[in-house]
Amino acid sequence: MQAFLDIFDIYLLEAVVNGILLGGVLALLALGLNLIFGVIDVTWICYAELVMIGMYGMYYLVQVFGFPYWAAAPITILLVAALGAALHFIVIAPLLTAPPINQLLATGGVLFILQSFATVAFGIDFRNLGIRLPVLALGDMHFSYSRLLSFAAALIGMVTVYLFMTRTYTGTAIRAISQDRQIMSLMGVDTRRLYVITSALGGALAGLAACLLVLQYDVHPFVGLSFGPITFLICVLGGLGNFIGGFIAAFVFAEIISLGGLFSDLEWGYVLAFAFFIVMMFIRPAGLFARRS
Amino acid sequence: MTTHRAYWAVALAALIALPFVYRDPYHLHILVLILIWSFAYTSWSIMGRFGLVSLGHGGFMGVGAYVTALLWNHLGVSPWIGIPLSMMAAGVLAVVVAYPCFRFRITGHYFVLVTLALSGIVLQVITATRDYTGGSLGYTPDRTKGNQLLALQFDDKITWYLIALFVWLMGLLIWRWVDRSMSRYAMEAISDDEDAAAAAGVNVTFEKLKITLISALMTALAGALYCQYQMFISPDTVSGIAVSLQMVFAVIVGGVYVSLGPTVGAIITIMLAEILRISFGTKAVGWDNLVYGVLLVLFIIFLPKGILGSIIDRFKTRPERPVEKSVAKPVAP
Repeated sequence: MQAFLDIFDIYLLEAVVNGILLGGVLALLALGLNLIFGVIDVTWICYAELVMIGMYGMYYLVQVFGFPYWAAAPITILLVAALGAALHFIVIAPLLTAPPINQLLATGGVLFILQSFATVAFGIDFRNLGIRLPVLALGDMHFSYSRLLSFAAALIGMVTVYLFMTRTYTGTAIRAISQDRQIMSLMGVDTRRLYVITSALGGALAGLAACLLVLQYDVHPFVGLSFGPITFLICVLGGLGNFIGGFIAAFVFAEIISLGGLFSDLEWGYVLAFAFFIVMMFIRPAGLFARRS
Repeated sequence: MTTHRAYWAVALAALIALPFVYRDPYHLHILVLILIWSFAYTSWSIMGRFGLVSLGHGGFMGVGAYVTALLWNHLGVSPWIGIPLSMMAAGVLAVVVAYPCFRFRITGHYFVLVTLALSGIVLQVITATRDYTGGSLGYTPDRTKGNQLLALQFDDKITWYLIALFVWLMGLLIWRWVDRSMSRYAMEAISDDEDAAAAAGVNVTFEKLKITLISALMTALAGALYCQYQMFISPDTVSGIAVSLQMVFAVIVGGVYVSLGPTVGAIITIMLAEILRISFGTKAVGWDNLVYGVLLVLFIIFLPKGILGSIIDRFKTRPERPVEKSVAKPVAP
């Protein structure tokens, strides 16, 4: 075993594993975005900002109001789910018949609103939970528990969504509506209700991601910008609305970022990921796993 | 038509004469900012009006500003050469990103997300190369000790006002030139139905690329001018998603289908930011963007043609251009 490990650079292996762990959270974000796109045919540009609000929610519940972490997390998830539903009611619902670009730009306006709301209400200081989880030492490699926890929780979240979509009546209706919007309303399905449920579900996923990311990163009003763009790249590469594609693309990107960060700064990981994305667009323009029509 | 021209000539003469009559430096400063940003917004609207919604223009602007400043500081290259070089860099970036998009029919949501990522990545590159660019702390071009003209650094506002006015006029002329060219018809056909346009003999990829390239080059110029005028740039003010969204916001508020729409948008946004800043001071941090955001959402829902566009529609009685379907269509088809 030791001989096997010696072949690899130990740091390389650590970076690979950390990439997988990062991929879990990114896959969670991509799933939320894909869900909303697949069902409502809208892209929430402000998705990462919902996560940011959720991170602030966690910060205030834990640091200011003194909730324990496990009690604050469900409240935050519900809060962001409500925010997602509200976003749908207030902004998307009046624009459902408008051109798709208008819907997208309106959520761009929401991005402005959430960012500046956070600046005005919470200030621009960096804040963190003050929870420092121990580090797991495995041979010469070190993994923080917060990352392992995030990965596990993200997987559980994704499996829950999968079960919801395949085992429940509402989930089945949501999958059906993403296949054909017109027919479903003719079949007597209340599309408006399903849209709100989907938005709330997308919000809940953002809330879960917020609970996990707040363990690893400080929160500030512009924190969404550091993982928002990469989430969009993942969704486009996986094929918008394609859950499996988004899942795999998330891990591909996470590995690139993690390995790029190993050789240089973390920002270069992002740059590398973008270069990879451009190359992939030439090779597979409709996403990694596009079905040939 | 001649009276129309006369109005334009009088308005232009008044704009040129303005700084010689009215010398308040603060107001001139605001005017210069409005003109530079109007030019940037106009360049966005050149492609935005055809449904090519780009959120990558923050990236082009950042390239324009940073390449010019870096060449000047590190290599001593005069902005007179640096600005064309920076525009070329932005043009190359635009082609590298846009060509696969157009070649492989990446449109709508996909195109917006790809360009959005582009502006995010330019921001990351500027931050990552902090040894050269100063990272998120910002960057200042070195003050020249020699010839001001060579360094394109002027102390007086009047010179800057005239430069900005000239560039802004050029922007309007380019807008008009595109508006009257065959490209406009080709692009409108493309934005209605790409396949039908291609079947009718329009070279879809080429036409889109041409418009995108013009727009990116102009945006880079705007970034470089902003840098030379303000003598300070930071990733947040000239690149990134916030700047891209600010452009979209201003153009939509002003009106994306009319030549002066972006200018009206610039006047409204900059005045709004300044009024908030003066009345609230440092407490205003964030408030201007909050108001922008709310207005952007309200405009898209209730007034997608923008302020100027809606006003012109209301007064338009000329029979040769009735409010037809393609004009009445909100923001982007």
